[in-house]
Amino acid sequence: MENPVEIRDVTYAYGEGALRREVLRDVELRVAPGEIVILTGPSGSGKTTLLTLVGALRGLQQGSCRVLGHELAGAREAERVALRRRIGFIFQNHNLLGFLTARQNVAMALEMDGGTGEAQRLERAGALLGAVGLAEHTEKRPGQLSGGQRQRVAVARALVARPGLILADEPTAALDKASGQEVVHLLRDLARSRGTAILLVTHDPRILDVADRIVAMEDGRVVGDGSAQAVLG
Amino acid sequence: MNAMNDIRPALRGAVPQPGFLTGSWLALRLAWRQLRSERARLASAIAGVMFACVLVFMQLGFRAALFESATTLISAMRADLFLMSPMTLASFRPETIPRVRVSQALGVEAVQAAVPVYLAQASFRNPETGKRRMIQLIGFDAEAGVLDLPGLSAMREALKQPDTIAFDTRSRPEFGPVAQIFAGQGPFPVQIGNREMRVVGMVELGSSFGADGNAVLSEVNFRRAVRERPQALVDLAAIRLKPGADLLAAQAALRAIMPPDVAVLTQEELRRHELRYWEEATPIGFIFSFGSLMGLIVGMVIVYQILFSDIAGHLKEYATLKAMGYSNGHLSRVVLGAAGILAVLGFVPGTIASALLYSVVAEATFLPLSLGADRALTVFAMIFAMCAAAGLLAVRKLRDADPADMF
Repeated sequence: MENPVEIRDVTYAYGEGALRREVLRDVELRVAPGEIVILTGPSGSGKTTLLTLVGALRGLQQGSCRVLGHELAGAREAERVALRRRIGFIFQNHNLLGFLTARQNVAMALEMDGGTGEAQRLERAGALLGAVGLAEHTEKRPGQLSGGQRQRVAVARALVARPGLILADEPTAALDKASGQEVVHLLRDLARSRGTAILLVTHDPRILDVADRIVAMEDGRVVGDGSAQAVLG
Repeated sequence: MNAMNDIRPALRGAVPQPGFLTGSWLALRLAWRQLRSERARLASAIAGVMFACVLVFMQLGFRAALFESATTLISAMRADLFLMSPMTLASFRPETIPRVRVSQALGVEAVQAAVPVYLAQASFRNPETGKRRMIQLIGFDAEAGVLDLPGLSAMREALKQPDTIAFDTRSRPEFGPVAQIFAGQGPFPVQIGNREMRVVGMVELGSSFGADGNAVLSEVNFRRAVRERPQALVDLAAIRLKPGADLLAAQAALRAIMPPDVAVLTQEELRRHELRYWEEATPIGFIFSFGSLMGLIVGMVIVYQILFSDIAGHLKEYATLKAMGYSNGHLSRVVLGAAGILAVLGFVPGTIASALLYSVVAEATFLPLSLGADRALTVFAMIFAMCAAAGLLAVRKLRDADPADMF
C-alpha cells in the first residue's frame, strides 16, 4: 500500500534574489497509512510551510512530494484544488462558517463531491457529529458552541469526506488542556478506525502521546525522526 | 513532466465534481444563507438596490414621458404626410411656411386633402386667480377631421362660432379649474392674449415639456386670437392621401413640386424629428440618461461595498473553503449569486415604490408616466447588470483569501 505522504529532497524558499530565504532544505519525510506523525520544532523551522506543501496549498519549487498517490511537482492549480478535496484540514482556529449550523458546516466538506446527494451529505454530517459527541448540537451555530465543541465540529468536517490524510495545524492552541486532549484523542481514534494518516504540527507537549512518530525540524531541515522519547529525549 | 502526465487523469477522476447547475445552485444557496445571516446589512443592501431602481425608473419614466408628450399632438393627427418648414426645430416653436404650399399640394394626384394647421403660444388668464400662463393654441379647419382628440368631434359646430375654444382637460392645473367651471355652468368666457373667448367644450391632449396646456380652436378663431400672424403663413400642413395611394410615391411627388422652403415628412418622420430635437438639441434627454447612470453608479457602489465587506469579513472562511477544495470559480459564483439575489430583492420593492411614485408624479405633472412590462424588464436588466458589475469588482477580493495563510 502506497504511503499517503512521500517527500523527497524538497527545498522551498520565499522571496527572490537578495531577498530569497530558504525555509526548507532537502526535506525527506514519509507518512504511512493510518500513521499519526507530529511535526514539531521552533517557530521558523519550516514545519508550517511543509504542511502547506503537503496540503497542496502552495506550488512545489524543488523536489518531489507525492500525496495520496499524486505527484505535486508541476501540478496545476486545478489539480491541487482537486487533490485538496481528498485531504482533511484542521486549523488552529476552527474557521467554521458562522451563519451555518454545525451539521451544515460539516456537510460543506462534501458539497464539492458531485457523487453525494444533499440528503446523504446531511446524514453523513449528522453521523460524524454524533461520533465526535455532538449529536445534541447538530443544529446549533458555531456561536452557540464552546471552543472545544467548535474544534470537534472542525474535526468532523475534516473527517466526513473520508480523506486518506488529515493535516492539522496547532489544533489545540485555542483550547484548554482538557478540551485539547479530548479533541486530539477523538481525532486519533476516528482516524485510526478509518485508516486515515495524520500529519499534525504542534508546540503543545501535552498531546505528543497521540503520535506514532515525532519528526523534529530546525532551520528547514528534519533533525529528528522517531518516537517521542527518541526525538525529544 | 512524467509526474505531471500521470497525475492529471487520476486527479480528474478522484472526486466527481458537481455539475454546473448543481454547483450554481449550491453557490446561490450559500450566498443566500450568508446574506440572510446579517439582517441589517442585507436590509441596507436591498435599500441601496431599491434606491437605484427607483432612481432609474423615475429617470427613464420622465425621459419617456417627455418624448411621448412631445409627440402626442403629432400622433393625434389623422394625416399621411406633413408639410413643414425645414427650419422648424420643434412643434412648440414652429417656423412658418407659405399657405400657398397647401394649395400646391392639392396638385399631386394622390392627395385627397391638405389642411393648414396653426400653432402658437399665447397667454391664458386663469379664470379663478387671474394669473396669466402661456398656453399652446392649435388652430385648424374643424370640419377637416385632421385632429383626432377625445371629445373633439362632438363640438365641431360649436368651434365654428366666433371666439370659441375647446380647452384641454389635461392641461396643468395652474390654468385654473376650467373643466370644473365648464361642467358646472357650461360655456364661459376666458381671456387669451388680449381677447375674450369662450370655452365651449373639453378635449384631452396632455401637457408636455413644450406646452403646459392646450386650447383647440378653428382656423378663423386662431387668427382672431393671434392677430400678428399673417394670413398667408401657416405652421404645418396635414395631407391626407386618397385611399390606396402609395405613401412614399406621394411623398416623392410632393417633394418634386415643392420649393426648398418646405420639407415633406411622413407622420413617423415628423415624430422622429420632434424626438430628435428633445434628444439632441436640448440637454434634457442627456440629463435623464445621466440621471439613470448616476443611479446605477450609486447602486453599484452600495452593492459593491456590501459584497466587498462581506468577503473581507469572511476571508478566513473563504480561505478555509479554498483549502477544502472549493475552487475560485465556485466561490466567485457565490459572490455573483449574492449580487443576483440583491438585484431581485431590491428590484421588487423598487418597482412597487416606482409604480406608486409614477401615479403621484403623473397626477401632479399630468405627464404620461406609465410603468409597462417593457420598462420593468429594461430596468431589471440594468439593475441586474449593475449588481453583476459590483459582484465582479468584489470578486477580486477573493484573491486575498489564501488557504496557505490558514496554517
